Amino acid sequence: MSRDTALARVLRTPRGGISAAVLLLLVLAAVFAPVISPFGYADQNLPMANGAPSARHWLGTDEFGRDLLSRIIHGARTSLAVGTVSIGISMLSGIVLGATAGYLGGAFDRVVTSIVDLTWSFPEILIALILIAILGPGLQSTAVAIAIGYLAQFTRLTRTQVMSLRGETYVEATIGLGATHAHVLFRHLLPNAITPVIVAGMLATGNAIVLEATLGFFGLGAQPPTPSWGAMMSSGTAQIFIAPWIILFPGVAIAVTVIAINLFGDALIDALDIRSRLRTG
Amino acid sequence: MALLEAEDLAVAIGRLSPLDGVSFRVGKGEVLGIVGESGSGKSLTALTVMGLLGLVGGRVTRGAIRFDGTDLVGLDEAAYRRLRGRRIALITQNPMTSLDPLQRVGAQIDQVARLHLGLGPAASRTRSIEILEQLRIPRAAIVHGQYPHQLSGGMKQRIVIAMALAADPDLIIADEPTTALDVTIQAQIIDLMGELVRARGVALVLITHDMGVVAQACDRVLVLYAGRVAESDRVDAIFAAPRHPYTRALIACIPREGMERGSLSGIPGLVPSVADYAAGCRFAPRCPLVEARCRTEAPVARAIGERVVACHVAEAADA
Repeated sequence: MSRDTALARVLRTPRGGISAAVLLLLVLAAVFAPVISPFGYADQNLPMANGAPSARHWLGTDEFGRDLLSRIIHGARTSLAVGTVSIGISMLSGIVLGATAGYLGGAFDRVVTSIVDLTWSFPEILIALILIAILGPGLQSTAVAIAIGYLAQFTRLTRTQVMSLRGETYVEATIGLGATHAHVLFRHLLPNAITPVIVAGMLATGNAIVLEATLGFFGLGAQPPTPSWGAMMSSGTAQIFIAPWIILFPGVAIAVTVIAINLFGDALIDALDIRSRLRTG
Repeated sequence: MALLEAEDLAVAIGRLSPLDGVSFRVGKGEVLGIVGESGSGKSLTALTVMGLLGLVGGRVTRGAIRFDGTDLVGLDEAAYRRLRGRRIALITQNPMTSLDPLQRVGAQIDQVARLHLGLGPAASRTRSIEILEQLRIPRAAIVHGQYPHQLSGGMKQRIVIAMALAADPDLIIADEPTTALDVTIQAQIIDLMGELVRARGVALVLITHDMGVVAQACDRVLVLYAGRVAESDRVDAIFAAPRHPYTRALIACIPREGMERGSLSGIPGLVPSVADYAAGCRFAPRCPLVEARCRTEAPVARAIGERVVACHVAEAADA
C-alpha cells in the first residue's frame, strides 16, 4: 500500500475530492493573498465603515471601513500558517519523544509518559492560555502554545504504535543481522507506525485552527492590524446588530476550513483503512 | 576445531533459570540440530549465542560461548553488532512476520550487504539477486522488487535465508525456519539449507522440534529437555541407538510409512514450566522407565565417546 494510491483513493470519493478542492483553494488564497485581494488588509476607509456587502466590497466592510474579503483572504494566511506550523512542530516532537520512549522503555519511558499525561489531563485551550500568559500574546506564542497543547496526543499515539511493533519478529531479525537500534527505529519501526499519526495530525490541524481563532477572539493571538479570523469575529461582536456580516463571514471561513480538513481526514482514514488496523493491531 | 563451542551454559531471566548447563559444538560445513519441545530452551539458546538475551531480559550466569577463538559471553555490544549478520546470522522463527511489510524484499537483503560489506546500491543488488538465484527463486530480479505481501510463505522464508547469507557469515542459527510452512515446502527449504551450508562451508545450528527434520538435514543433534541436555551425538548414532527415554519418545513421534492407523504416539504429559522445575530428573514425571532416585537426584550428563547422555537408567545399564 503506497501513499500515492491512498491519496488517489481519497480524491476519488466525493467528500475527499470536494474537501481537497476547498483546501487547495484556501492554500492558494493564502499563498497569493497580496495578489488576489482587491484591497490591502489594513486600508481604512472610515466613511465606508460597517458597509453592507456590495459590488465594490463583496463581503462588506468592518468598523474601520476595511474590506472584509481582503481581510479574510489574508486571515487564511494566519490561520493556515499557525495551524500547520504548530501541528508540524507538535507532531515532529511527539513522534521523536513517543518513538524513543516506546522503543527504549524503562525509566525514560516513565518520565516522558508522566509529563505527557500531565499535559493530557488539561484541555488544550487551558494549556494554551497558561502558556500565553507566560509567553505574552502574539502569533509566535500562539503557535508554541498550540504545539505544546497537542504534544501529548502525538506522543502517546506514536509510543503505542512503536511499542506494539517492537515485538514483531522482523525487529529481532533485523537486530540479529547486525542493525543498530537507530536503524531499527528510524528505518523499520517509524515508517510502519507513522500512518495513524499523520492522520491524527491532519485532524488536529482543524482543531488547531479553531483554537487559534479562539485565542484570537480573546485577543491573545495575532495583534492588530494583522488579520486573524478569530480577532475579526471578536471585533464584529460590537456591531452584530448593525453589521452582522463582520462576525458572520470570518465565522463561515473558519467553519468551511475546519469542515474541509475534517472531511479530508475522514476520507484519508477510510482510504488507509486505519480504523480496522487500529482495531486489530 | 569447532567454530562455535558452548560450554556449561546457563541463563537466568529474573529469578528463573530456563537454561542450565548446556554444552554443544559445531564446526564449519556441519549442521547441528537442537531438538526439544516448546519450553525446552531451544530459542533461548539461539538468542544467547546471538547476544540478544537483552530482548527477553535475560543474562548469562555461567559458562562460555567460544566463537572462532573469542568468548562471546561479556562481549561488548559494539563488537557483538559487528559479528551479527557479518559472521553470525540469525534466521528467525516465522517467515510471515520476519520481513518489514513496508520495504521491498530486495532492499531488505541489500541493506545487510551494504551495512557489513560496504557495497554500493548497484553492487549489493547484483549480489542479492545472485543469492536469490542460488536459492532457486525463479525470476529473481522481479522478486527483488516485490513486497513481502506479494510472496508466498516458502518464498518469504527464502528471502529471510537470503538476508542471512547476504554478508557471507560463518555461522547461521536458524530458529525453527520451516515450522510455519507446508510440509512439502519445508522439506525443500531444509534440503536447500543443507546444500548451501555444505557448499559454502558454513556452520549451521538448526533449531527444530521435529526429529524428522533432524534426520533429514543434521550431522549432529543435541536433545534439550526443560533447559538441560538430555542426549547428544551424531545423528546416525542417535537414531540407531537412542539411550535417553526422551530421545526415544521423540523418535517415536516421527510418522513412518506403513504405520497402523492411530499408532503414532505422542509423549504423555507436558514440559514442566520453568517456574516449577522439581529436584531430580526433569523428565521423570513423563518417563516410562522412571525409578525412585530419578525423582530426587538430577542425572549428570556423561560423555562416552561422542555420546552424551543424562539419565540414571542409561547409566545403570552401563555399569
